[in-house]
Amino acid sequence: MEWLSEFGAIAAMQGFNGLSVFCVLLLMALGLAIIFGQMGVINMAHGEFLTIGAYTTYVVSVLTEQYAAFFGPYYFFLAIVLSFFIAGAIGWLVEWAMISKLYQRPLDTLLATWGLSLVMQQAFRSIFGAREVSATLPEWLMGSWNPTEAIDIPRNGLFVMGLTVLMTGMIFLMLYRSRWGLQVRATVQNRVMSRAVGINTKRVDRMTFALGCGVAGVAGAAFTTIGSTGPTAGSLYIVDTFLVVVFGGASSLLGTIASAFSIAQAQSLMEFFMSGSMAKVFTLSAVILILMLRPQGLFSIKVRK
Amino acid sequence: MDSRPSRFLPRRLALGAAALSLLAASVFSQMALADEANTTGLAVTDTEVTVGQLHSATGTMAISETGSIQAERLAIEQINASGGILGRQIKIIQEDGASDWPTFAEKAKKLLVGDKVAAVFGCWTSASRKAVLPVFEKENGLLYYPTFYEGLEQSKNVIYTGQEATQQILAGLDWIAKEKGAKTFYLIGSDYIWPRTSMKIARKHIENVLGGEVVGEEYYPLGNTQFGSLINKVKLKKPDVVFTAVVGGSNVAFYKQMKAAGVTSAKQTLLTLSVTEDELLGIGGENMEGFYASMKYFQSLDNPNNAAFVEAFKAKFGKDSVIGDVTQAAYLGPWLWKAAVEKAGSFDVDKVAAASPGIELTTAPEGYVKVHDNHHLWSKTRIGEVQKDGQFKVVFESDLIEPNPFPKGYQ
Repeated sequence: MEWLSEFGAIAAMQGFNGLSVFCVLLLMALGLAIIFGQMGVINMAHGEFLTIGAYTTYVVSVLTEQYAAFFGPYYFFLAIVLSFFIAGAIGWLVEWAMISKLYQRPLDTLLATWGLSLVMQQAFRSIFGAREVSATLPEWLMGSWNPTEAIDIPRNGLFVMGLTVLMTGMIFLMLYRSRWGLQVRATVQNRVMSRAVGINTKRVDRMTFALGCGVAGVAGAAFTTIGSTGPTAGSLYIVDTFLVVVFGGASSLLGTIASAFSIAQAQSLMEFFMSGSMAKVFTLSAVILILMLRPQGLFSIKVRK
Repeated sequence: MDSRPSRFLPRRLALGAAALSLLAASVFSQMALADEANTTGLAVTDTEVTVGQLHSATGTMAISETGSIQAERLAIEQINASGGILGRQIKIIQEDGASDWPTFAEKAKKLLVGDKVAAVFGCWTSASRKAVLPVFEKENGLLYYPTFYEGLEQSKNVIYTGQEATQQILAGLDWIAKEKGAKTFYLIGSDYIWPRTSMKIARKHIENVLGGEVVGEEYYPLGNTQFGSLINKVKLKKPDVVFTAVVGGSNVAFYKQMKAAGVTSAKQTLLTLSVTEDELLGIGGENMEGFYASMKYFQSLDNPNNAAFVEAFKAKFGKDSVIGDVTQAAYLGPWLWKAAVEKAGSFDVDKVAAASPGIELTTAPEGYVKVHDNHHLWSKTRIGEVQKDGQFKVVFESDLIEPNPFPKGYQ
């Protein structure tokens, strides 16, 4: 009987783990889904925008400790909001200075943004030093929540989950319920026609790119609770991010969600029964196989060719 | 025909020869000094000797190698301040391996062939060492390598100032088995040569010597950031000890998620091979509090050598700087080289290499070390307990351990 309850506890925790990985994958992919999915820009520097969020959190944490210790437990919310705006602002600048010149040459953006990612990594190294840093996380974020004696639910996992739901909801509202979203979708479907009816497509592009980067910044801030903060921390996420977005079908937000969910569940389940490296091999093989059969990804918008 | 001009020739010649020989004598007598200490054309003058420094100052590995670069610079500065080596000041040529192994090989060749450096202090990962090893052997260079590593290597051209695997692992396992009565072990590592070799040695020791049992052995890809499933497996198996060699960004993710999943030192004993003060900066001491690390050096070691070293290091690189195991090992490199050169009376690589075994340092921050015939160091292994402030409390210190890079029965 005791064995059974223990098995139940592990199963519950493992189930939560699958959901938690799903949320992490979704959160890191959301920004890219907007940029790559809606604009068709292959942003190789996506990981570095995550890193901006992580470093913002670190700086806010250090400043709070020094100047406003009473604010300590709650600085994390401020850090998330700041991360959004800082990463978004840098994204805005990048679009203005670089991406906007390259819309006619999608493959060149791949190289250009990859170069940008290297520049940004070295910039982090020059500013913050080569060593990793760690933001002091508030007590309420670390540790576990115990619904029963045997079950530990990670609080940072719950936090990331909540944040993911919030961000996804907001992006859905913006894309499908707001005037800006309408303009974005119009631009994606037919740029010339959109311009003809008076949409400032340049401004739409810039805002979309900035928003995607801002969302990446938020993800980066949230990931300081589960991962490292260093000059190359963002590059740890970039492969998974592209995997999720491409597998989901580039231009579909729903596809991104479905893809993050299936990859996370497959990964989490297999990791439980085999070693991490082998689980990764099988997950990647399955994704490749499915993409061979369905090159457009899980979900795709039907367009007349 | 006309013999007149030649009449004066002998005398002129004689004068000229005398002048020349005088000049030559003065030149040669000076050169003799340099020559004696340098018969192979190294970059050694009467006042200066050039050495190379080859680490990653950029790229992923800069995280780890920065400390080594600093420590070697500090040692060389101190040696210069105390009069240099054989009356010569040390000049450093620093090259950047840029975390890219072919670049390491290329820069090693540049240092040895182009700059003719007398010794090189460098490399961090085994991959970079393996990349430069053929270059050092072919060009007959001398490398001081600071990182604790998997062993199974020995070269006349390399002095290994970090511990090889058995030194670091066996003492740690013995301690935890004895102190904590550990019988069951869960082995976790990043998926590459060092953790896999280390865990192979650990498994043999646990099964054959300690009579314990390995209840799980897992490797995760470098850079993996999700450890939830693994942590649940650990909870299911309930090992007495989790034994880890996870590196890089994964390290931080692993310990943060362990803490979040409620696996803290209150519930689980954990011993790691891959967390030094450097890594703790990124992980955060509060996330690992009470876990153990097996190393030969901790910044908190209480001895006069170390106190002086820590003070000098902080004076040069800032009061917040931390010193990890590898940083200290890197600091030993220039001092060991100095002692060997002085013993050999020469900078020649062959003579320095031959003079190296038996070299002792009593001034090492880690205490006494001695170079073994196999070019590794005799050293003590310590167990440190992680403190909240990112330092370790030393809870155990072994006797001096003989380096054994090719352990019989462990391969």
